[in-house]
Amino acid sequence: MDLAQRYTDVGVIGAAGKMGSGIALLLCQQMTHRRLGPDGKGRRFKLTLMDVNDAALDGLQSYLASQLKRMAEKSTILLRGLYADRKDLVENGEIIDAFVADALALPRFTTDLGAMKGAHMVFEAIAENIDLKKKVYGELKNLCGPETWFFTNTSSIPISLLDREVGLGGRIVGYHFYNPPAVQKLLELITGPDTQSDLIEASKQIASDLRKKVIPANDIAGFIGNGHFIRDGLYGISELERLTGEHGFPEAAYLVNHVSQDWLIRPMGIFQLIDYVGVDVFQCILGVMNRFIDGEDLHSTLIDALMDKGVRGGQNPDGSQKDGFFRYEKGRPVAVYSLDEGKYQPLDDSWTGKLDGLLGTLPEGYVPWKGLARDPGKNEKLAAYFANLRATDTLGSSLATSYLKRSKEIGENLIKSGVAANAEDVNGVLLNGFFHLYGPINDYAADPQTVH
Amino acid sequence: MQMRRKVYLAAGTYTVSLGTGRKEFHPRKPRPGIEHYMQEAGRAVISKIPDVNVIDECVVGNFMAARFNRQGNLASLMPTIDPALVYKPCTRVEGACGSGGLSIFTGIKSILAETADVVLSLGVEVQNTVKAIYGADVLAGAGHYASQRKNGHAYFFPSMFSDRAGAAFEKFGHEKVRRAMTQWYVNAVEGARRCPEAQEYHNTVEDLHAIGNTPPNPKVFVDHLNFSDCSKVSDGAAALLVLSEEGLKKTAIAAKDAVEVVGFGTSVADLTKQPEDPTQADTSQSAVGKAYEMAGIHAKDLAFAEVHDCFSITGILMAEATGICGHGEGYDFISEGRTKLDGDLPMNLSGGLIGHGHYTGGTGVRETVDSWKQLTGRAGDFQVKVPSDRPYGLMISMGGNDKTVVTLVMQQAGS
Repeated sequence: MDLAQRYTDVGVIGAAGKMGSGIALLLCQQMTHRRLGPDGKGRRFKLTLMDVNDAALDGLQSYLASQLKRMAEKSTILLRGLYADRKDLVENGEIIDAFVADALALPRFTTDLGAMKGAHMVFEAIAENIDLKKKVYGELKNLCGPETWFFTNTSSIPISLLDREVGLGGRIVGYHFYNPPAVQKLLELITGPDTQSDLIEASKQIASDLRKKVIPANDIAGFIGNGHFIRDGLYGISELERLTGEHGFPEAAYLVNHVSQDWLIRPMGIFQLIDYVGVDVFQCILGVMNRFIDGEDLHSTLIDALMDKGVRGGQNPDGSQKDGFFRYEKGRPVAVYSLDEGKYQPLDDSWTGKLDGLLGTLPEGYVPWKGLARDPGKNEKLAAYFANLRATDTLGSSLATSYLKRSKEIGENLIKSGVAANAEDVNGVLLNGFFHLYGPINDYAADPQTVH
Repeated sequence: MQMRRKVYLAAGTYTVSLGTGRKEFHPRKPRPGIEHYMQEAGRAVISKIPDVNVIDECVVGNFMAARFNRQGNLASLMPTIDPALVYKPCTRVEGACGSGGLSIFTGIKSILAETADVVLSLGVEVQNTVKAIYGADVLAGAGHYASQRKNGHAYFFPSMFSDRAGAAFEKFGHEKVRRAMTQWYVNAVEGARRCPEAQEYHNTVEDLHAIGNTPPNPKVFVDHLNFSDCSKVSDGAAALLVLSEEGLKKTAIAAKDAVEVVGFGTSVADLTKQPEDPTQADTSQSAVGKAYEMAGIHAKDLAFAEVHDCFSITGILMAEATGICGHGEGYDFISEGRTKLDGDLPMNLSGGLIGHGHYTGGTGVRETVDSWKQLTGRAGDFQVKVPSDRPYGLMISMGGNDKTVVTLVMQQAGS
């Protein structure tokens, strides 16, 4: 079966979730383009969107409608070509409306996994739970034909394990989209030794169709993205715990978050990032990685303690941030969690100012992440800034330098352990998936004479 | 043709040109409607005369309020400016982006016909009501819908002028033309920074040449233009009075505060046809020739020009249409800085359509108000020197792909 044929019958499982809805959107757009293109003539297209949450499927329909319209507005040049033979569609507005109507005609919404029968490709984005995934794939194996390909949006579970234990015969790849899938360009492609070669090639083509940048990762739990993020998060947590003795928990959380955002010029501090991903998701991925990676203690009692107190992070259905290490208003942290008291302490200058004083002044050449993100000269500016950081003897510089070193060590270990092929792939994941301005494998923490 | 009666312009004003670039603009927050702009501009004019009742007639130039604002019958909105305008004659005129020029042209005709002594001429457009991709549909109405729109580009008008730029690249060399287009953009922003009402007034970019040289991306826009080559999407209005000698007396406006229209020209070309030579704006050239002939002057007699630069390439074609340089010579003329504030023929000193903004149906009036400001010494930081041996200002208001053009030659009254 060629790829054009496979695109005619596609399923998404967990389609109403945060990741699944974005994947459904991308597929819906791509399949509609194909239906309107020269290869689509005479073909029937079906996109089966399955989720166990029936109410969430209602939200998925309206999400698709609004997002497809936005996508059409941004791709009207292409759409005018696709609708060139429709004489009744003249203006951009008419063409955009026609595309949305055509795209919304493809999905079938269902809570029944049995509807996947007949699908040529199934994209799965259910919870990161090995037993659940094994159960679902066990059913899919019996439901779908022997040629069906499976794409699992796991960010940590080894796909060879699923393949072997369910007996999928190499018909599964790890397809790790980043959140939100409709926006983020990065896609980690995870293959195992038994993965079918034509599936690997098609996976790259499909990623290209969905306008994603593919970075390959080997099938070791956590892959590159979480392989770095989880360990980076654990380092932040260990620093928090170390500083708590001297300063107190909320103060230490503020310090480490501040250093990891501003002193490292990252888009957000490490605890904001854990909140964004979800404290619960962080714990879940830790559990998976700890299970499959030997010789490394991937566990955090602090994360467990937060979960015990109901501090889970993640997003509300409207996209707003839930409480985690921090409480947020309009996306900005306004209070920090106090573990002892079990409540949030407002961030105000009366105490954060003193901590800022302890850290010292940001080194010369500092520019916030937002100010550098689109600056074509950012690499030179970053090099100059980090040179000044190394030359500065303050608590902030010391914490930031240690953080840089640990981040680099994590990156290099991902290559040594065979997760990533090279530094370019490690840095590529952090640049494209986490919007860092520089990859972890750099010389920013080292004095020039020590660089070889 | 000769002027059979003296015609003056005075009491000019314009609103802020609101849209991207202005600090107070936020695309998702509510903004004033079209009548607000009409009222703000109209009342500012009225505030400059002792008695509103001397206004005999009103003209409002507008392109597409019926689509941008779902509002027709704009003439009847003029009395919302002042109750004294109820029962006055009022006309709405439309010639795409040349509507503002037509507003003044209509006022001039009323003065010449001796049916009015004082005409309130206004131009207005409020375009930020729709996203750019839908705005492109609305503006495409300036082309021929039946024969051009279906096969046209998503960004219909940018594509038309992109084709003109492409033809110029081919004929005169890419580097030479591109350098001039970028310089035109740089001049536009520099001009806008001198005019508080301009849309790019708050622009603080250091390296404007780098922005101007951004490579075009045909996947998201058009083949030969980048976004900096384009005029702004704007909300705004401009207004002034068109007066006879008697009108000057009735409004108590001193001659030194008015400009005299010493020549004007209007020309249209066939909307259904493509330009014969896309590297020339021959309709504009025709209308400029008429105005010069009526005024008895040549391009060398001009102190400045306010021209229609809906795109950077258009600005260069307009520079050539003034006759200050020959066909194909405009590129070097611009690149050498000869249209800057201190150049041989300064142009678009408050930023033009690219820097000041382009509220389409009002732009011709805005250009005329800026001309009036220059000739009466009111232009502030963008004031040009008006030499006594070159006392004239030229205004070109153009609609569509060089299809509907109004030109004016003016000098300070009494000079």
